[in-house]
Amino acid sequence: MSRPFIPKVVTANALLEGDVVYLTADDRWTRHHHEAELIEDEAHGQLRLLHAAARKSEVVGAYLADARSGAMGPEPVHFREVFRTRGPSNYRHGKQELAAR
Amino acid sequence: MYSYNDFDEAFVRTRVAQFSEQVRRRIDGSLTEDEFKPLRLMNGLYLQLHAYMLRVAIPYGTLDSRKMRQLAMIAERWDKGYGHFTTRQNIQFNWPKLSDVPEILSALADVEMHAIQTSGNCVRNVTADHFAGAAADEIEDPRPVAELLRQWSTDHPEFQFLPRKFKIAITGSPNDRAVTRAHDIGLRMVRNAAGEPGFEVIVGGGLGRTPMIGHTVREFLPKADLLPYVEAILSVYNELGRRDNKFKARIKITVFETGVETITQMIEERFVETRAEFGGNDQALLAEIEKAFAPPAFRNAPTDAYDDFYEADPVFRSWADTNLTAHRQADYAIVTISLKAHGATPGDATAVQMRVMADLAERYGHDELRISHEQNVILPHVHKSDLPAVHAALAQAGLATANVGLISDMIACPGMDYCALATARSIPVAQQIATRFDELKLEHEIGPLKIKISGCINACGHHHVGHIGILGLDRAGVENYQITLGGDGTETAAIGEKTGPGFAYDEIVPAIERIVRAYLRVRSGPSETFLETVRRLGHAPFKAALYDAEGAKDAA
Repeated sequence: MSRPFIPKVVTANALLEGDVVYLTADDRWTRHHHEAELIEDEAHGQLRLLHAAARKSEVVGAYLADARSGAMGPEPVHFREVFRTRGPSNYRHGKQELAAR
Repeated sequence: MYSYNDFDEAFVRTRVAQFSEQVRRRIDGSLTEDEFKPLRLMNGLYLQLHAYMLRVAIPYGTLDSRKMRQLAMIAERWDKGYGHFTTRQNIQFNWPKLSDVPEILSALADVEMHAIQTSGNCVRNVTADHFAGAAADEIEDPRPVAELLRQWSTDHPEFQFLPRKFKIAITGSPNDRAVTRAHDIGLRMVRNAAGEPGFEVIVGGGLGRTPMIGHTVREFLPKADLLPYVEAILSVYNELGRRDNKFKARIKITVFETGVETITQMIEERFVETRAEFGGNDQALLAEIEKAFAPPAFRNAPTDAYDDFYEADPVFRSWADTNLTAHRQADYAIVTISLKAHGATPGDATAVQMRVMADLAERYGHDELRISHEQNVILPHVHKSDLPAVHAALAQAGLATANVGLISDMIACPGMDYCALATARSIPVAQQIATRFDELKLEHEIGPLKIKISGCINACGHHHVGHIGILGLDRAGVENYQITLGGDGTETAAIGEKTGPGFAYDEIVPAIERIVRAYLRVRSGPSETFLETVRRLGHAPFKAALYDAEGAKDAA
């Protein structure tokens, strides 16, 4: 029996700033994980990744990251992806800096 | 200090122009990322977790005030007001925007700096003893040779696509402060029976996933033969090195698989050819370069002010005891400025701090600065009478932490706070260890102890050669930290050995504390260093402290 599919989001880095971005269901790039499209089907995930990778002038290094649904929307599963939603832990730089404003 | 000649200047400016055009074409969509990535890496531009990162070369870790001020300007204008000094004596900017990079490179070129060959499978920045030209124990300043190697390796057509990256370290002292035994090539200056200076040539050292101590392929190489010999090593590696497997591509694996004897013989055979081809041109060039590294005009002045201050001020005395090193001029001292304030990020300096260090170098330090592989900044030539003023200025800027060589003077790689390759965080672990031992007020009692932390198996934080090494891993989706003991990066180099199972993120600092408390219990006396105790007693008392329920309870 195959293992159950872990839901995913498509994530990448923005070409100009390098900031972490996520693909939304309506094909926008958002800076917020909870606005991402939560992909619950493996085949759909592959199509969304192909779509993301084709947008070469907007993002770099698109990939599928594990996620789960939460109160606000998709939430990251792995600690690496948690860090990517906020920025480094030694300074309030990156997304957490913007969030604090 | 070496100044660019017309060739250097034209080369760097041309590269800035080329890369600016490449960035423009990437942004307008004419270049794909697959096409652009090798071009940006050739120019030191990485894409990390949260942003781009620009790694700027600081050849053999040597800077002057003008360069340091320009780094400060770049940090303020295009980054977030700070820079991160690395174990390869470079500086990294963590937040540049792609469209700003051409301007940054142009600003670097204005002060004879660049980011070329700070990435990719080429010869990287040649690192050197950070006390070069100043150390009391030095045979000769190794930096002219390092500069010769820089010129030779920069854009060398044969060595732009090596099997893997290639790192050379050089020291002019018998006491190895440049970790030469853990480099692809380590060059250690020695004298032969006739008293002439030359080099012990060490090949095939390296850390990473397969840590190895380098092998000596030549006990004594006359100084004049150095460049053709290094070229012979690169040439043999370029041919034999594996391109089929990235993890087996470094020269340490080539040496291991070929055998030291065979590869030594191949190098010697190739050397016969290269030496003939060089025909002494390198020596003419070296003679020119050496003029640029003439020692500064040291001044003669009384040192009474220093002696009096040392007696009178305990804060100054504590700093002087830990952060000063003997200079070859008795009236001078080498100042190590700690970038390891307790709780701060190891190796980071703000733009304001960079300017303070630049001002001090200009005013009191013959306009010289060095970056150490231990992520500190050095003022190599300070007259002792100026030390109280230097210390006071450093204290004002938060740069007078008296901890060089002590437990809080850690190396830490950027880890998963920045690095796309990392498997766990390093910086917060370093911050917490430093804060903890500062609270305990124990670090001076503990004495010399080097902790080095890497956030992945690639070992940028040199954990293998830490007296205590910490390696951050991802174990089933959770950060986990392995501990090694007994590593040594000096002339008595050794790879640390794993103690056993790793520790979770919130367990690692207490675990380190248990090791250190065990050391304080079992050392033969305050003069026996941590490393000496580990060598005398082995791992047993430390494993007991780490893993036995009783040991754990004892320190809790």
